[in-house]
Amino acid sequence: MSKKSLFIFAFLMIGSLILAACAPAAPKAEEPAVEEPAVEEPVVEEPVAEEPVVEEPVVEEPVVEESKFLVCQITDTGGIDDKSFNQTAWKGIEDAITDLGIEGKYLESQEVADYEKYLNAFIEEGCDLIVTVGFLIGDATAAAAEANPDNNFSIVDFAYDPPVDNIVGQIFQTDESAFLAGYAAAAVTKTGIVGTFGGLPIPTVTIFMKGFVEGVNYYNEVKGTDVVVLGYDLEDETKGLFSMDFDDQQKGRELAVSLMDEGADVIMPVAGPVGLGAAAAIQERGNAYLIGVDSDWYLTAPEYGAITLTSVMKMMDATTFQVIESVLDGTFTGGNIVGTLANGGLELAPFHDLSDLISAELQAELDQIQEDIIAGKIVLQ
Amino acid sequence: MKREPNKFEEAGQVLLQEINETGDEPTTQKRSLWSAIAIPVLAILTGLIIGAVLVAATSTSVYEAFEHSFGEGLRTIFIEVFTAYKALFTGSIGDPAKISNALGSGDDRLIRAAFNPFLESLVQATPYIFAGLAVALGFRSGLFNIGVEGQLFIGAACATYVGYAITGLPFIIHMPLAFLAGALGGALWGFIPGLLKATTGGHEVINTIMMNYIAFRLTEWLLSGAMTRPGSGGMPISPLIQESAQIPQFFQSPIRFHLGFFIALGVAWLVWWLLFKTKWGLNLRTVGANPRAAKYAGLSIGKSYAIAMAISGALAGMAGGVQILAVNRSMALGLSSGYGFDSIALALIGNNHPLGVVLTSILFGTLRNGATRMMVVSKIPVDIVDVMQAIILMFVAAPAIIRSLYRLRKPKQEEETAFVSGWGGGQS
Repeated sequence: MSKKSLFIFAFLMIGSLILAACAPAAPKAEEPAVEEPAVEEPVVEEPVAEEPVVEEPVVEEPVVEESKFLVCQITDTGGIDDKSFNQTAWKGIEDAITDLGIEGKYLESQEVADYEKYLNAFIEEGCDLIVTVGFLIGDATAAAAEANPDNNFSIVDFAYDPPVDNIVGQIFQTDESAFLAGYAAAAVTKTGIVGTFGGLPIPTVTIFMKGFVEGVNYYNEVKGTDVVVLGYDLEDETKGLFSMDFDDQQKGRELAVSLMDEGADVIMPVAGPVGLGAAAAIQERGNAYLIGVDSDWYLTAPEYGAITLTSVMKMMDATTFQVIESVLDGTFTGGNIVGTLANGGLELAPFHDLSDLISAELQAELDQIQEDIIAGKIVLQ
Repeated sequence: MKREPNKFEEAGQVLLQEINETGDEPTTQKRSLWSAIAIPVLAILTGLIIGAVLVAATSTSVYEAFEHSFGEGLRTIFIEVFTAYKALFTGSIGDPAKISNALGSGDDRLIRAAFNPFLESLVQATPYIFAGLAVALGFRSGLFNIGVEGQLFIGAACATYVGYAITGLPFIIHMPLAFLAGALGGALWGFIPGLLKATTGGHEVINTIMMNYIAFRLTEWLLSGAMTRPGSGGMPISPLIQESAQIPQFFQSPIRFHLGFFIALGVAWLVWWLLFKTKWGLNLRTVGANPRAAKYAGLSIGKSYAIAMAISGALAGMAGGVQILAVNRSMALGLSSGYGFDSIALALIGNNHPLGVVLTSILFGTLRNGATRMMVVSKIPVDIVDVMQAIILMFVAAPAIIRSLYRLRKPKQEEETAFVSGWGGGQS
């Protein structure tokens, strides 16, 4: 060993020794810095004799709960920036961070085995509300809720039957807003053909496609037109067009190209980030329009703003925000909440740059349909 | 033509050496003990230092502090890095303060939570052990099995099916049966490319990669069709497996530590015994070290390849099986975060030796588990954590960098043969 290497080695050793020496001391300086003042303060203010009495309530940490209310989200394997339910639910938490002054954290799952691990990590962290996303986390969330009856949970896009005492399931009657999108698409199409495709043939996806088809059919009924929908069959949902994937944008591109080759000029991809591939393909061709799902894609994917006709929004941010509020004001109870047009859980996004395509007449019709759905005059299958 | 005799000569020497040596421990082992320990330790340290730079460079609060003043910036860097690494440690090994508090309080739940980090690291390491053994055994036999991920998926699907579809069996039969079903499924998936290589010479790298795609799509199709959970409306998730098929967890929530870890250790020992203590293992390694020499010695190369791929696949299938039976309890999309691919690096770092694989798996598991706490405490995104882990592993995997960085002496003759033959084996 040369002197130089000895020096480097010695430096590293000393460095690690210092780090190691700091380790036990740091917790006092760092982490509980927020917690401990709550303990110390009364001790300082009140006589020393009180001390033994004060020590007991320390475990409850009442002051901490008020000062930092913690909401924690666990995404499914789609990740926090999936332009879909993970991202939208997180937006609800971000809104709560700005509006309600809470603190928010998230963990992105990479595989199924992460769900339980992350739930445990957040329970350990003392989160006041744990938000999980998607049906795949359903089992793990139910198990964690059972093992930790004092913790509050909410799950997006999933409902328990029977409902669980400490979980709020957030589900959405998405066909209502997809119906509006279908009606608008049928009015905008020039070729008389519109298209859609899904990620997987699962209920949370097909409900979009079903509502979309019904909206188009309703337009045909009212206007006497013959607009065709490609990619979904009301009679047999398994015959629909599916990417069988929620990640691979290339597949979205391929499906969009084949739909456009068939003449479709309005396309609604219901497959999370896969839809971005479809958006790219539509933008390249330039003679078709896109309908976004879950969030307003004009805002979440602004690079495709010029071709985004509208978006079928599931206001998972609004419902998540509601649940956070309910925990904050102590009215949290388990059960399921269903987002509809009526309660603001669903919306059709504004037409933004393409509002020229929507005549005042059409807008009035859309408003009327929305009222009719809310009033129950239009009944969806 | 000039090279040929040399190669045979070399191969003959390897063969002789293998026959003469009964054990796997070379006589030079003791001398390289220092470097065997020093290099991983230095690699981890170097990785952590570079990781620290990464943590500091991606933290917004550091930039804010630097705008304020230089000293403040340095202080913030130190705090950020220290918080992150403290979380990595307490999240993967345990927090001494928390453990002593929990023991003092006597609360069962608190004690379990305090000891969970270390045990959870072992839970994380378990699938890595199986998958790493699968790759290592392949390398030893001169095969580059990139199909571990697909074999893992098929193994998981088979274990799941036996786990939920068969009812009324006692635990003592059902659990091993489901686990073996996983191994069998993986074995079949590995055997096909092995057989193709043996009979047609089709390269196992290409065939295993293609088999991966078939496995992924096949399991997706099964999950949203034949194996879907009743009442889930076609969601790609299987029914829960029977209780009698579950590999037992030793403690209550949140500790997930399960019998599978010990099964993994047992299987690792078995692989070691097979490879290094049996004539069959000697044949396998001879074919792996030099197929031409093996042929010259009268061994059947094709048979060796087919069997090795089947066993490698079986080990990979066990990785899938153990995740289903011990941790997930049902199969769904997103089963694996890439165990089959990580395990290639893992096996190489572990020098394709079962003991090395076990140790490296525990390192992988520890890093992954500690990362969770690090993300919670420091809000470091999972991508940065991935990059940090990759850097640490890169240094562990590339001892030459570490040696030149710290001017360590090069050990005389390492068992580099296994690495090379993994690639060269396909040429025969």
